[in-house]
Amino acid sequence: MDVTVAVHKEGVLADVDAGRKPAAIPGLGRALRAEEMVINMGPQHPSTHGVLRLELIVDGEIVVDVVPHIGYLHRCFEKHCEHMSNYQQVVPYVDRLDYVAAMSNEFGYAIAVEKLLKIQVPERVEYIRVIMAEFSRIVSHLIALGTYGLDMGAFTPFLYCMRDREHVLDIIEETCGARLLYNYMWVGGLSHDVKPNFQDKTRAFCKYFRPKIAELNALLSYNKIFIERTAGVGILPPEVAINYGASGPVLRGSGVKWDLRKNDPYSIYNRFAFEIPVGKGIKGEVGDCWDRYMVRVHEMEQSVNIIEQAVEKLPAGDVQSAIPKRIRPEAGEVYVRTETPKGELGFYVVSDGTQSPYRVKVRPPCFVNLSTVPAICRGSMIADVVAILGSIDIVLGEIDR
Amino acid sequence: MIPQEIYDTLKGTFGEAILESKLDGVLDPWITIAPERVKDIARFLRDDERMQFDALMLLTGMDYTKGRLGVVYHLHSMKWNHKIVLKTVVAAEQPHVQSVEAIWKTANWHEREAFDMYGVLFDGHPDLRRILMPDDWEGFPLRKDYQVPEFYNGMKVPY
Repeated sequence: MDVTVAVHKEGVLADVDAGRKPAAIPGLGRALRAEEMVINMGPQHPSTHGVLRLELIVDGEIVVDVVPHIGYLHRCFEKHCEHMSNYQQVVPYVDRLDYVAAMSNEFGYAIAVEKLLKIQVPERVEYIRVIMAEFSRIVSHLIALGTYGLDMGAFTPFLYCMRDREHVLDIIEETCGARLLYNYMWVGGLSHDVKPNFQDKTRAFCKYFRPKIAELNALLSYNKIFIERTAGVGILPPEVAINYGASGPVLRGSGVKWDLRKNDPYSIYNRFAFEIPVGKGIKGEVGDCWDRYMVRVHEMEQSVNIIEQAVEKLPAGDVQSAIPKRIRPEAGEVYVRTETPKGELGFYVVSDGTQSPYRVKVRPPCFVNLSTVPAICRGSMIADVVAILGSIDIVLGEIDR
Repeated sequence: MIPQEIYDTLKGTFGEAILESKLDGVLDPWITIAPERVKDIARFLRDDERMQFDALMLLTGMDYTKGRLGVVYHLHSMKWNHKIVLKTVVAAEQPHVQSVEAIWKTANWHEREAFDMYGVLFDGHPDLRRILMPDDWEGFPLRKDYQVPEFYNGMKVPY
């Protein structure tokens, strides 16, 4: 573990120290110096899921404060967008935000620009987009759950999750030729239509995948050691979650029934029947790490439900008929938010009437969810920071942009 | 509440501090407010029984060119399920805007980012420092007149 320990002299700790006098021990004659330490976790720490540095201020094993330092992966996404020669060129960059679930990112961006252009995409495009976005959710959650198992010391579930993820990636690869960064959802349509055997393969996957969720539950979710490690740890109360702007499984884990697919429907999500899983505190308290974990497990079940409904109704049509030859929206602005696997992904796109965007601002769900970490971690043990961070499920590509 | 009602209520309560608005014919209706009253207006919008904007979806910095910077607030009420966009415009030489960190904690990092990228100074923010760029970076990269420096700490920047 590359955890570096340094006795803190100045800086952040000075404020914390100011209020604390060394405690005098009776009979010892002199004061015993109790001093907080700063421990750097990351940027290369395996549990930070990327290049994130946490400055932990600890009193023994207890975390007094956490200061996250981000930006190691900053690559000027928003500046790049302003310098693109058209709106379509932004799509491959959007892929690289949350690179685990690239389809969901493209979905949000495509909707935003289509709203600016006031164009309607064909039904077939909508259905394929929803299927792909839900595939993305499954892929992202499988990674989240698998790596969370790794963080908690369970190696095997990770391999099982990766195995199931392959099945989804195979279907996506067959459709658009890429496995991770797709450039698939273009403004107004899709880059490729699905293959003729797409529906059969998707049905087969749904049939295959349902029992695998039960298998994951048996392996990890209801494992005694895992529950001991996560239940009752890192509790995020609902009102704090809302005030911090948390979204996605982090918000729902705290028991808030809030899902943009239901509460602020976009695309064609209002046509499908599905549930919004929320944390209920079955194993510990509402809003603990286990709740956030379990919300993701249930969401995968719901995603399979949506995919099954969508694939049955998939209409015929041309997926490229609505793609504009030249994208030049009128001057205006729009904020579009979609429910990605991580939470509310927002695109604030401002057009000044030219061919390239005046401003593209991303509201990354992980960025906002990560900002809750100091509030959750205060008072917990150092080892629990790993559990909390894993349960938030962050992707640094999206946080740093 | 529909945007017009929100505007009328704000105008009735804050009067002069509510500057312009565009409520019809746009995708997201917006209201421009005075930068020195942002905090009061935000507090009213969060706490008033009819408003209850409990969620700040997005806070973003803007460069409106001609020496003007801006901050845009996208608000949403989970209870009433209504939305409104607030905008405020400041001069680039003295870009002071009141911080809303005390009202919505989520603004903390968003305001740091707006400061990092545009140099907007949020008065009352507890920890206003760069968030994505290195601490010793010079200039504010998302401003439209930003020139990429030739060197950063002796390293060549453009390649």
